[in-house]
Order: sequence, then C-alpha cells, then structure tokens
Amino acid sequence: MFDSYNENTLQYYPEKCINCLMCTQVCPHGVFTGGGEHVELKRPSSCMECGACAMNCPVQAIEVQSGVGCAWAMIRAALRGKDMDSADCCCNGDSC
Amino acid sequence: MDNKDTGSCCQPDSKADTDQFIRMIDLNRNSHAPVIRETTSTISFRDRSDHFLARLGVNRMGHIVEPGIYRLGNPDADSPVFVSANYTLSFDALRSSLAGIDCYILVIDTKGINVWCAAGKGTFGTAEIVYRIRWSGLSDIIKHRNIILPQLSAPGVSAHEVRRLSGFNVEYGPVRARDLPEYLKTHTATPEMRRVRFTFRERLVLTPIELTHIVLPTLIAALILYLLAGPFAAFIAILIAFTGAVLFPVLYPFIPTQDFSTKGLILGAIVTIPFAATIAAGSELLLWERIVAVLTTFLLTASVTAYLALNFTGCTTHTSRTGVKKEIFRYVPLMALMAVTGMLLLIILGITRLMEVI
Repeated sequence: MFDSYNENTLQYYPEKCINCLMCTQVCPHGVFTGGGEHVELKRPSSCMECGACAMNCPVQAIEVQSGVGCAWAMIRAALRGKDMDSADCCCNGDSC
Repeated sequence: MDNKDTGSCCQPDSKADTDQFIRMIDLNRNSHAPVIRETTSTISFRDRSDHFLARLGVNRMGHIVEPGIYRLGNPDADSPVFVSANYTLSFDALRSSLAGIDCYILVIDTKGINVWCAAGKGTFGTAEIVYRIRWSGLSDIIKHRNIILPQLSAPGVSAHEVRRLSGFNVEYGPVRARDLPEYLKTHTATPEMRRVRFTFRERLVLTPIELTHIVLPTLIAALILYLLAGPFAAFIAILIAFTGAVLFPVLYPFIPTQDFSTKGLILGAIVTIPFAATIAAGSELLLWERIVAVLTTFLLTASVTAYLALNFTGCTTHTSRTGVKKEIFRYVPLMALMAVTGMLLLIILGITRLMEVI
C-alpha cells in the first residue's frame, strides 16, 4: 500500500519484438535486457515512463504513456484547472 | 581555411523524404547556414562561473550556446559527430570529455535546456535534429552518415525516424559524457554506462536551486510565525525549509519507505523532535498549552516537509508520472488536513497567550 511506484503504464508485446535491442540501449533504468528470441522485460517496476523505449522501437512492440513525474507541475496544473497529464516541468538536473 | 561556409550549398538533397519533411515543418527559410565554429576541451574560469550561476538558477534561460557545428581538435571528413543541447552545462560536459579527440559537435537548439529535460519536452527531438543536419550542411562536411547522440536524448528522438528523414544513422552514446572516451574504443556501452544514477553529489548540487525556490515563502512564514508565536517558531520555519530543500534531497534514499510523501513525513517528524522536547520541557506554558504546542509543531513541520519532499519528485531521475500522481491523490489531502489542523491549533494558542498577557 505504501509503494506508489510498483505500477506504471509500460506495456510490452514480446511477440512483435524483432530483437533489435534499441530499448536495452536507451532505457536509463535497465528495464529491458537482451534475451534469446526477443528482449525480456526484466525490471518493469523500475520504469519511469520517460518513453525512450517506445520512441525508438521500430515495430511498436512497446507502449508507454510517457510524461514527467513532477508533482510540482502536476499540482500547479490541477490548481489552474488544467489536465494534470499535460503538465511538464524542468528542473536544473543535468545528468548529461 | 578552417572555416568552411556551407551557406551556399543548397542543392536539393537526394532524400526526397527530407525535402518533404523540411517543407512540412516550414523550415526551408533559406537562412544562412552557419560557419563552423572552433571550440576546445578547456573549461575556463569564465565557464566555471557560468556553471556556478546556472546551478544557482541565476539568469535561468541565459546559459546558451549558439546552435551550429563546432570543430574540436583537427577533425576531417571521417571524424565522429556528436550532437549536443545548447545548454552550456551540457555542451561543456561534452567538449571537456572529448579532450584529445578530433571531432565535430552539432549543437542543436533546445532553448538552453539540458538534454534529458529537452528530450522530455520534445525540443531535443527528431524534427530539430533532422532540421539541424540539413541546415548545417553536415552531409557536405563529413563522408560517413553517423551521428552520436547522448543516451538521455532518446525520450525525444526516434532513431529510425531520423534515419528515414535524413539518411543519418543515430547511435546512442552513454548517459554520461565522461564515459565517451571509453565508449569510443568499441562503440558499445557497458550496462553501467547506460544506467542513470542519482548520486550523493548529483543530489547535492540540486540543493542551491531548491533553496532559492523557497526563500521568499519561508521568510513570509517565518515573519508570520514570529508575530504569532515568537522567535522560536520563526526559527523552526527556517529549519523546516532547510530540511525540505537540502536535507531531504540529500538523505531521501536512506529513509526506508518508497513514497516521497512518507519519506518527508518521517524526516519532518525526526527533525522536530529536539524542538518538541524543548517545548515539552519549558515551564512558562501550562501543561495543556505545551501538549498543543508540541502537537502543532509536529503537524506543521511534518506536513510542510512532506509537501516539499513530494515536490522534489520532478528533480529526481526515477519517478514515474503514474506513481507521482498516485502519491498526490493519496497524500496531499492528508498533508492539507495536518497543515490546517496545525494552523488552527497555532491560532488558538496565539489567542490564549494574548488573553493571558491582557
């Protein structure tokens, strides 16, 4: 009950996978790993819904409702009567 | 000549797709293609002071590099091409990591936003990259058709779409620019290079900007509390701001719950303990007043810290939107209830003390 992060919108359809391994390259949290016939969904609850895998999957074997998990922006959008999902935010993180 | 003007070479691209795309997004402006600029791997004192100001949030959108092609070292037509955001911290991280490597850097226009955030917004995206490849005349500068992008640009870029629209093959480099020299040996990244971390140091450098965000509300709250309940309460307000903006970002991975709100509640409660003990031991208040004062302190500090903690989710490198939304619905009503109860108790206490004085 006290883990809000164990579920997310990531969907993977292994039967569509062509094993190009792009998702394993772009995912920043090691959610996908290379398998035999197709890529394996290894750590689904680590997904942060950045959308990199779905963007770079050439055969749409991955779906995710991507967005930024920023409470500040979502609360602000909600207070202004806007859709919480439309909020985006940018802090000064510079991981790259 | 080092500078090669590529402005005049506007012959039609062989890729019909590109032309169509350029028309579609209305980018065929006949604008002057850029001269190739020079850059180095050296980070000067001026760069460092610029980084320092960026970290503090001074002139937030002003830390910008001019988009275009930059030469680093002595690149030739076979040299690698790296794509960078036009945020000085991103560009400087890249060029300083490429010391001794002859290459080109294609700086695209991300409005002065770092790679990951810009990719999330879509400004570090397929359209901008395809446009900048065309605009810069990159295909006349190099022989190969390969560009290396930072891994964290992937949320905004579709590698197969870039290839279809520009003919250029996208290669995702490592997350951190400093791993590039190692990466370039084999053009493969280790799993560790592909993982985003959120280290102690990375969390610490975010704290100045967190502090600057809350300085004004904190001073107002401290002033109100000073008038209502004296310097002790005002001091608690400042301490809570410090807890939310500095202690929480640095310490949150060590607090043993998953949700940020519960982590914040716990940290807020812990920080309050010495103050609660001081109030409880004080003799100038009646027993019931002391109990109410302790309760008030806990309610206000824990709820405010929890709220600041929840708001830190956007700065982390691992929270999903689904999870954060769940947290908001789960805990914000509780935080509001705690804060309102705390404030009512505070007002009751203030009025009682006023009556005693009279």
